[in-house]
Amino acid sequence: MTNRQVFAPLSLVATGLVCGRGGMALTRALDFSVTSGQCLLLRGPNGTGKTTLLLTLAGIVAPLEGTQALEGTDAEAGPQFHYCGHRNAIKPRLTVAENLGFWAAVNGATGLPIAAALEQVGLDRLGDLDAGYLSAGQSRRLALARLLVSLRPLWLLDEPTAALDSEGQDLVTRLIDAHLDMGGLAIAATHDPITLPDPSRMETMVLGARNSGGPP
Amino acid sequence: MIAFRAMVARELRLALRGGGDVLTLVLFFVIVGAIVPFAVGPDRALLARIAPGMVWIAAFLAMLLGLDRLFRPDHEDGSLILLRQADLPLSAVVAAKLIAHWLVAALPLIVASPFLAMLLAMDEPTFWRMLVSLLVGTPALAAFGAVGAAVTVAIRRGGLIAPILIAPLSIPVLIFGTGSITASQSGAAMLFLAALSLMAVALAPFAAALAISSAED
Repeated sequence: MTNRQVFAPLSLVATGLVCGRGGMALTRALDFSVTSGQCLLLRGPNGTGKTTLLLTLAGIVAPLEGTQALEGTDAEAGPQFHYCGHRNAIKPRLTVAENLGFWAAVNGATGLPIAAALEQVGLDRLGDLDAGYLSAGQSRRLALARLLVSLRPLWLLDEPTAALDSEGQDLVTRLIDAHLDMGGLAIAATHDPITLPDPSRMETMVLGARNSGGPP
Repeated sequence: MIAFRAMVARELRLALRGGGDVLTLVLFFVIVGAIVPFAVGPDRALLARIAPGMVWIAAFLAMLLGLDRLFRPDHEDGSLILLRQADLPLSAVVAAKLIAHWLVAALPLIVASPFLAMLLAMDEPTFWRMLVSLLVGTPALAAFGAVGAAVTVAIRRGGLIAPILIAPLSIPVLIFGTGSITASQSGAAMLFLAALSLMAVALAPFAAALAISSAED
């Protein structure tokens, strides 16, 4: 696509994946595949299993049926995805830079340096501030910066634009677009419309809709 | 190794910036020891005889108090889910937390133990044996505590269940801990205590990691 490909070609393939919590199925059997440079948007009303699907893909919730696999990765390489959930995993007593530096250390500082990542998400002047003073939107930005400091090909984003202003929603779009440029994959559950500059990279899967029988 | 060190450093920072959490535990430890003379009366001979047990009970209770902050804050703010996907294996994450937990929840107690020895009318040889037995035995308490905290982390209000779960596990630690302070056969008890500690510390990170990763969020 571009000359900035960083990740080896990958594809996330799910076959007959049924996700649910507490033994109750929330989704129909899902068959989909996402390949490098593609973004899959999950849409659908509350309670239709968007978060559960992301947690299942992250391996935190076991699927009720079916399988999912990230094809093309080295099995020894460690986790290949970033999960960005509702909770921001920010410690209020550490500074913004310390929070980010910690994740860079435990996930491998393979991506942007701390300062550059903070600049990307618009927190560049707040590095020394205690993270407890950040607003909800700023906390969200800090959570997104975590995806930038360690390179991992698959992003699982749960409501990435929650609490963000319209500029922040553009930021999420830009970050996803840049990630796809590098050959990454993204799966995002969202209520806000995310429109990438190149619509052909984006697919939408509606969960919970009665008459949408098949995958995109 | 960088990741492991960063994990320990983060835990220590969080504990030390916790606004007196560490001091609370130390004060609790000393206070438990301080109320004993009031409860049993100021009989120096009796106090000296029960002092080893009292020290261990105070240490045990104080370490139980600190258990809840081992995993729960990380569980609540979503960090624990992310730590499950860190490049650092979860057992190493737990081991790092265990080391930090011992440093902030057990080491300060050991530093404060001379006060307790004074309040409980301990003589000097007993005091030194107590110091060594606390140093050797508290890692086992921390390790059992970590397993209990990990098992109960996903349970809402599970903070009260963990102490009940781990109390039976801690009985041997208290038996050999107290035994290694009282003069007769203190050597053998100390060796048992060391063996307990080594085993608990070696196995606890794996057990706790298993408990955490098998809990659905």
